[in-house]
Amino acid sequence: MSQPKTELNLDRSVGDFSYPEHHAFDAGVGLNRDTINYITDVKGEPEWIREFRLKALDIFNSKPLPTHWATKDLESLDFDKIRYYLSNGQKPTRSWEEVPEDMKETFERLGIPEQERKFLAGVEAQFDSEAVYSNIKKAIGEQGVIFVGPTEGLLKHPEIFRKWFGKVIPSGDNKFSALNSAVFSGGSFIYVPPGVKVKHPLQAYFRINAESFGQFERTLIIADEGSEVMYMEGCTAPKFETATLHSAVVELVALKGAKIQYVTVQNWSSNVFNLVTKRAIAHEDAEVKWIDCNIGSRLTMKYPGVVLKGRKARGEVVSIALASNGQHQDTGAKMIHLADETTSNIVSKSISAGTGRATYRGLVHVPKHLKGCKNNTVCDALLVNTDSRTDTYPAITVRGTGNAVQHEASVSQISAEQIFYMQQRGLTEGQAMSLSVNGFVNDLVRQFPMEYSVELKRLIDLEMEGSVG
Amino acid sequence: MSQTLFIDEPSRAAARKRFETLPMPTRLNEEFRFSNLKALDLTAFSSPTAPFAGDRDRIIKGSVGLAQSAGRMIFANDGLLARELYGDTLATKGVIWKPLDVAAREHPGLLAEHFMVQGAPLGSEKFAALHAARVKTGTLLYVPRGVEIALPVETFHWLSGEANSVFPHTLLIAEEGSKVTLIDYFMGATSGTSGLALGFNDLYIGPGARVDYVCVQNWNLKTLALQVNNTVVSAGGEVKSLNVNLGGRYARTESMSRLSGEGGRSDMLAVTVGAGEQEFDLRTFQDHAAPGAASDLLYKNALDDASRAIFAGMIKVEPDAHRTDAYQKVRNLLLSEDAEADSMPGLEILADEVRCSHGATSGQIDADELFYLLARGIPKHIALELMVQGFLQEAIDRLGNEVLGAKLGELVRAKLGA
Repeated sequence: MSQPKTELNLDRSVGDFSYPEHHAFDAGVGLNRDTINYITDVKGEPEWIREFRLKALDIFNSKPLPTHWATKDLESLDFDKIRYYLSNGQKPTRSWEEVPEDMKETFERLGIPEQERKFLAGVEAQFDSEAVYSNIKKAIGEQGVIFVGPTEGLLKHPEIFRKWFGKVIPSGDNKFSALNSAVFSGGSFIYVPPGVKVKHPLQAYFRINAESFGQFERTLIIADEGSEVMYMEGCTAPKFETATLHSAVVELVALKGAKIQYVTVQNWSSNVFNLVTKRAIAHEDAEVKWIDCNIGSRLTMKYPGVVLKGRKARGEVVSIALASNGQHQDTGAKMIHLADETTSNIVSKSISAGTGRATYRGLVHVPKHLKGCKNNTVCDALLVNTDSRTDTYPAITVRGTGNAVQHEASVSQISAEQIFYMQQRGLTEGQAMSLSVNGFVNDLVRQFPMEYSVELKRLIDLEMEGSVG
Repeated sequence: MSQTLFIDEPSRAAARKRFETLPMPTRLNEEFRFSNLKALDLTAFSSPTAPFAGDRDRIIKGSVGLAQSAGRMIFANDGLLARELYGDTLATKGVIWKPLDVAAREHPGLLAEHFMVQGAPLGSEKFAALHAARVKTGTLLYVPRGVEIALPVETFHWLSGEANSVFPHTLLIAEEGSKVTLIDYFMGATSGTSGLALGFNDLYIGPGARVDYVCVQNWNLKTLALQVNNTVVSAGGEVKSLNVNLGGRYARTESMSRLSGEGGRSDMLAVTVGAGEQEFDLRTFQDHAAPGAASDLLYKNALDDASRAIFAGMIKVEPDAHRTDAYQKVRNLLLSEDAEADSMPGLEILADEVRCSHGATSGQIDADELFYLLARGIPKHIALELMVQGFLQEAIDRLGNEVLGAKLGELVRAKLGA
């Protein structure tokens, strides 16, 4: 039943440390064409990337903040005070021995266990903006799987990279995808050849480790025909006084019959603005599943989407959000149906505790002349305290006959009777709340890979301890 | 001249100024998300409403309501054609039922306290200002404390002529413990003529009062119709409102129900039948400002041809509105390849101990059900009509008034058969 307190060692404060900064390359503070040129030069990128970045910068500058629908809190971002690029000048390394000691220590503190490396197919750990450690198990390399950072991807595999890069999420998609397109560095580039089923999940850890430094990783995953891959990302960040911006772009391409699962556990420290664009294209018979869990950050805005482009493609979003004191988790999903017999499923559960606010935003689009498309959306919200807030803003467009779309949402709170019952059995109020909340999300948590679901349970325990009384 | 005005000239001038100053809605207004903004062009309707010059008897004969009612008023182009009282309920017991301009002269206090004070909380401030600048008449129904009016009260508003405009206004004040049913019919007198109908209604439901309100919108198919409905429910008051949306080229309704007293209840119902290229833009707001109140919304849309319905609903539970029960459901039945339904059911919950849910579905005629009817020898067009009728009737039946339900069912059937 209840977890002994000693087991709650995944304390948020684990991320509250940093090491002396000594960055060989630093683009300075603020954003202009020089920043872009600097990044491109330092990274040794080809001209088309420079042009891509500069064009994106213009788009970023021309777009207003989306505060007509999004929170006004975005206005507290000062784009002139952010560092947009920072690197130790390290190319990704292949062996663990080459990784600097202080970084190893950081990973140690983060609790990436030594033995996990044996289990995981490869670790692309991102420290600040460059990948410092990149290792793919030999077996996977031999299968022809490419798992590198985007810079290495665009330099060494331009024929695959260029075909898909920026195609799922164009720079102009929104202000923050434009920002990412202008200054991206770090992230992952994965290519899985036809028919290859990657047995173990590929994993990357991201960290922010310099004050006022935004992290703009860019991930592109291509699963070729009939292949399968699972990717996991988890984040923690040290706490700083000024707000930190994190704005990633993640593009997934699932070709005919391919399967991609993308798992995120987001636990940035509570000063981080986490404004992420994630979208997938699913071709015929392909399946894309986003499993997305948001626990940390000050403001998260993230609506993973699937463009169902080929017949019988399937898309799914499973989303858990936990908004505690002062946090706003603005999450959701987008499903764009573009072919017959495509199906999509969205399940979202959010918990608002203290002054936390959880928002669900959804978009389901079924244009006309399609047949046999189905969408099912379920959003459940749990309110823990009287100051907690929850919102639901779905938008559903359906044209023509032959499709079925349904959306359901409900809001409830922790039952006082349940809490009372558990307290009678000797649980503290905190333990009872924690058990109740864990019960609320249990069916979704079980869909996460095992180590994540354990971590999630503990994080919820921790958050609930703080929200009592 | 001043006799027919019930807002003084300075207020009108101020409203006109407000209308001119406020910006037109743009893509950046969430209240107009998915709306066809081009349809909102009002420039063709800037001249004053042309008085009704047609056949009065035809209009009066065409104002067919229920077989039995307490009274009816008939307006054409914002001018009163008839005011008929059946029996004496509306003339005694302190009930006031008068054209708004008359009521304003005779009961200025009531107007001062209630006239348009709720504004237009769902985006149409600009259009509300135009209404305030140009409204000429409408109805005031005041039901004193404890008075029950057994039979429904009916009002007809007709729009006639090319590029003409009307500004129908309804103000209902139901005092504590009173009971009444009010029906507004909006009708087009001439077909094929463009027109603007910019209506406004405010319903005040006193403590423990019971009100049923029905609005049958049946303007002609070229009318641009904008309607703001505000309902305020006091403690223990109960209101059921039903909008039957049949007419208009572009018809937008903004319906707000504010639960301002403990234990109030509001049922918000609508049935919409879309055909041709009609666009229905339905915006709703269930505003829970007091604890322990309930609201339940059910909107049903049947959409044929290239018609379109937007539903944007918001349930807001304000910080102290604990123990709220609020529900919201929209059901779209798409009958053609070119029909479109946009649904935005929304929730904003800032209180605790709340039971809230919403649901939105979009689907089509069930093939098995249709097959069953066909197998019984029912021709396909009749079978379809029956199924759509059955689908819509659920919302109408929630009124719990058999006579009225049958009348409304007929109106829906007439549109479906057209």
